[in-house]
Amino acid sequence: MYPDDRKYTKDHEWVLIAGDEAKIGITDYAQAQLGEVVYVELPEVGRTLKQGEIFGTIESVKAVSELFCPVSGEVTAVNTALADQPETVNTAPHDTWIVTLKVSEASEGAGLLDGAAYTALLG
Amino acid sequence: MSSAGLDQFARRHIGPRPADLEQMLQAVGAESLDALVGEVVPSSIRLTRPLDLPEAETEHECLERLRAIAAKNRPVRSFLGMGYYGCITPTVILRNVLENPSWYTPYTPYQAEIAQGRLEALLNFQTMVSNLTGMEVANASLLDEATAAAEAMAMLHRISSRRGNRFLVSERCFPQTLAVVQGRAEPLGMTVEIGDVATADLPDDLFGLLVQYPDDSGEVIDLAPMIARAHAAGVTVAVATDLLALTLLTPPGEMGADVVVGNSQRFGVPPGYGGPHAAFLSTRQAHVRQMPGRIIGVSVDAHGTPAYRMALQTREQHIRRERATSNICTAQALLANMASFYAVYHGPDGLTAIARRVHRLTRAVARVLTAVGCQVRHEAFFDTLRFGVGGTARAARVEARALEAGLNFRYFDDGDVGLSLDETVTPEICGAIVGAVAAGLDVASPAFDAGAVGEAPAYPEALARRGPLLAHAVFRIHHSETEMMRYLKRLERRDIGLDTSMIPLGSCTMKLNPATTMVPVTWPEFGGLHPFAPPDQAAGYAQVFEELEAALCTITGLDAISLQPNSGAQGEFAGLLVIRAYHRSRGDRGRNVVLIPSSAHGTNPASAAMAGLRVVVVACDDRGNVDVGDVRAKAAEHGAALAALMITYPSTHGVFEEAIQEICAIVHQQGGQVYMDGANMNAQVGVTSPAAIGVDVCHLNLHKTFAIPHGGGGPGMGPIAVAAHLAPYLPGHPVTGRSAGEAIPAVAAAPWGSASILLISHAYIRMLGATGLTEATAYAMLNANYLKARLQGHYDVLYTRPNGRVAHELIFDLRPFRVSAGIDEQDVAKRLIDYGFHAPTVSFPVAGTMMVEPTESEPLEELDRFCDALVSIRAEIQAIADGRADREDNVLKHAPHTAAAVAADTWTHPYSRETAAFPLAFVRRHKFWPTVGRIDNAYGDRHLTCSCPPMADEEA
Repeated sequence: MYPDDRKYTKDHEWVLIAGDEAKIGITDYAQAQLGEVVYVELPEVGRTLKQGEIFGTIESVKAVSELFCPVSGEVTAVNTALADQPETVNTAPHDTWIVTLKVSEASEGAGLLDGAAYTALLG
Repeated sequence: MSSAGLDQFARRHIGPRPADLEQMLQAVGAESLDALVGEVVPSSIRLTRPLDLPEAETEHECLERLRAIAAKNRPVRSFLGMGYYGCITPTVILRNVLENPSWYTPYTPYQAEIAQGRLEALLNFQTMVSNLTGMEVANASLLDEATAAAEAMAMLHRISSRRGNRFLVSERCFPQTLAVVQGRAEPLGMTVEIGDVATADLPDDLFGLLVQYPDDSGEVIDLAPMIARAHAAGVTVAVATDLLALTLLTPPGEMGADVVVGNSQRFGVPPGYGGPHAAFLSTRQAHVRQMPGRIIGVSVDAHGTPAYRMALQTREQHIRRERATSNICTAQALLANMASFYAVYHGPDGLTAIARRVHRLTRAVARVLTAVGCQVRHEAFFDTLRFGVGGTARAARVEARALEAGLNFRYFDDGDVGLSLDETVTPEICGAIVGAVAAGLDVASPAFDAGAVGEAPAYPEALARRGPLLAHAVFRIHHSETEMMRYLKRLERRDIGLDTSMIPLGSCTMKLNPATTMVPVTWPEFGGLHPFAPPDQAAGYAQVFEELEAALCTITGLDAISLQPNSGAQGEFAGLLVIRAYHRSRGDRGRNVVLIPSSAHGTNPASAAMAGLRVVVVACDDRGNVDVGDVRAKAAEHGAALAALMITYPSTHGVFEEAIQEICAIVHQQGGQVYMDGANMNAQVGVTSPAAIGVDVCHLNLHKTFAIPHGGGGPGMGPIAVAAHLAPYLPGHPVTGRSAGEAIPAVAAAPWGSASILLISHAYIRMLGATGLTEATAYAMLNANYLKARLQGHYDVLYTRPNGRVAHELIFDLRPFRVSAGIDEQDVAKRLIDYGFHAPTVSFPVAGTMMVEPTESEPLEELDRFCDALVSIRAEIQAIADGRADREDNVLKHAPHTAAAVAADTWTHPYSRETAAFPLAFVRRHKFWPTVGRIDNAYGDRHLTCSCPPMADEEA
């Protein structure tokens, strides 16, 4: 069961919203599908993203996947530690955020999946 | 069998002996070879008559005839330059690399553990290129300089912060580069402007520019101010350059270039009337993920030992498909290795000595030309001069005199004459050069004195190279022939080529590369020709092309051939552009959709994207066949927008689909054209044909079906065959060859691509003849169905025809073992190395499976050994599934086992050393030891290193 402290997308991102700040990462399921992550391409700080927009790519040895923004907002920080240690996406997917956003459309969070719905999606 | 039969080449090429046939047919349950073919191939597409080809020649007859053909090429010394130069292939490299099956027969190094030798050589190539160009990273070669420049354009578009689509190319780039870049830009919606990059406007929609250094007329100028101006405006810059010049000149990297490209041919690779040779591309570390082509990187193996492997493969088309950085896959590994060995053998001092000598002779020639009244156009040059002789009439007289003396100069439209010197040029030859010019001008021939010029170079002191030159140990050690020979042998012994064992790579057709077919490639009459030499000097080549084109038309049933595309992927691109041009000629400008089955090679969608077409994926059904209903629906849906279907036949799943003619008809009904990927042509030759199934255009991988060796990752050749209505649109060429109004622009630098290796396919076809070629196809099917018969009780075969037959390759499903034993396809691939085999194709076209293609060349004994190995591995998997072996600590997970691991004082595994290294009796008789254990791919991609380690880290 995926924890209810955050929301999920059907593209397998998680978003943890506190006030108007959103932390975004990928789910345990996503990292397992990708395999050993070797590189995360990050957006520029300050960039404005719309919900559903591609904000980066994540690369494993055998696959590459695009990252879709779960909620609209402005990028306030990117996890630069991923440049040296991309494997933390594998070892601690739910503790490894990729970007933080200043959320611009608070209502969007309601449309995302909760833990039970995401677990159900995975079957 | 008659004695005449005994010297037939078919007997040498086809693996199973006549005496084996009965046993093999029995195993597969077929009445006869012909009956088997009848069960493999749908009757509706079988050819009813034998191929109409000249009678088979014996190997000896073929060589005799080729000698006569070679004699028709006139040995004229070319000083034409434009990226192709005379050179001396060190004989230690000629004999031990170019003419050595250990180097030319291996495949692309996907199985890195048994490819450490050529991976090291390719890493040397990357190190050499990055150092000489002054950049941080280089790839492991591209097809030719012109396509490398086109790749650079696409790459600049990706990295530029500017979003426009305009690209500026210096008017002083090589003409073939201009043509190829323009041809590649147009379908991508880019506009190419040609102009003076130093002074041109840099409008807002200009994303990048390309300049040549030294330029087409030989001039050397400081690019730094121009690059600084471009960068200040946010415009990115690519520089096409010459490696020999860079041993003396400031490299483009130090002048700020973002991407550097060029041809490494003059580093010991014969011009070969156009190729093959290795182009290169280097860039900044920051842009490495935007770099096209294969990149070799350093990682570690399971024991922590440094080991080489291909890095960052997720950029490539087999993963990213239409979003790949390029469609390039096969490049020019063999030739890149030769160029790197040339640098290893000469070392930095040797290379600079060669460059200084060429430069000195060029200065001395310039001095005499000036003395006889020529106007040498530039004061700053390296090895290339452009000079006026007083008009076109005088130039024509110079040309006549030069030809009499056996010399090719370059003649510009404005009456200027050009020449490029190289390492083969002696003072005597320089004397002949100036003598011919003087005679053309009717002046007394002056004496040539190389000593008459001082030490000062003919380029600004500020442009002299200052940075370190090839400081890595590998370029400083192997300078004696003994050292070099041993280094080459040491590397080759780390690799599995066809000289070791069967390479059963599905879709790659690793058949025999016959020695006889290889022999003419290095004859000077073929190897020494410049691609832009006048046609009347290349009558021998013309005859080879004509005969080869005729044979390929017969084999495909199609009407016209272009021999220009330099790889299968380039053939796809060319074929799609031909289709596009055809539609446009009929006013059908809206046709931009290509249907591509989900099972297609990744190059198909990548090529479609490059041709500016939109990919629509067609589903496959449970039996692995293209879903006819989906084709019909999508063809109808896109109707007037449908440009083409791209389809592989027999399918990438190794099956002759029954519905192929229906599928082609559906596409034609909607006004689309059918493009066939020729990767599996080895199952068609003589039994069916692209024309018989309804195809309009196809490429032919000459390095698969027609015996050109894979070279460890190139060369390849991908000529295209087309039906008559598409013939007018075949690629043209700006320098020689056809360039009619409707031809699409050149897709490769040279008019006939890598012309010298066309000799291989030509000889292969001549020696097999109609009967031998058709027999080869039948035996390829027999071998594949024999593997199926022997292995189907042990592994599930994924796809067959309804009658249970596979074509020339088959897919074994390994997915059940992931659950039952925790074993995946990589474990099986690596364990096969312990048995002395190269793995089959893994995870293509279906993840978690293994695709096996034995080809006709493998004898029954080798097929049996391979089956024994797979049966034994199956038992090893079963032991894990049954709990008799540990799920983690087992022979598969730790494979491959190195000699060092097996001989170590400590051995902690629950299985024996003997089981690890000698699992079957035949392995004991002939053991191949991998030099590294299982390579950690993730480590290498996380810690990307793409050049040789610094000196202190290296073993001497």
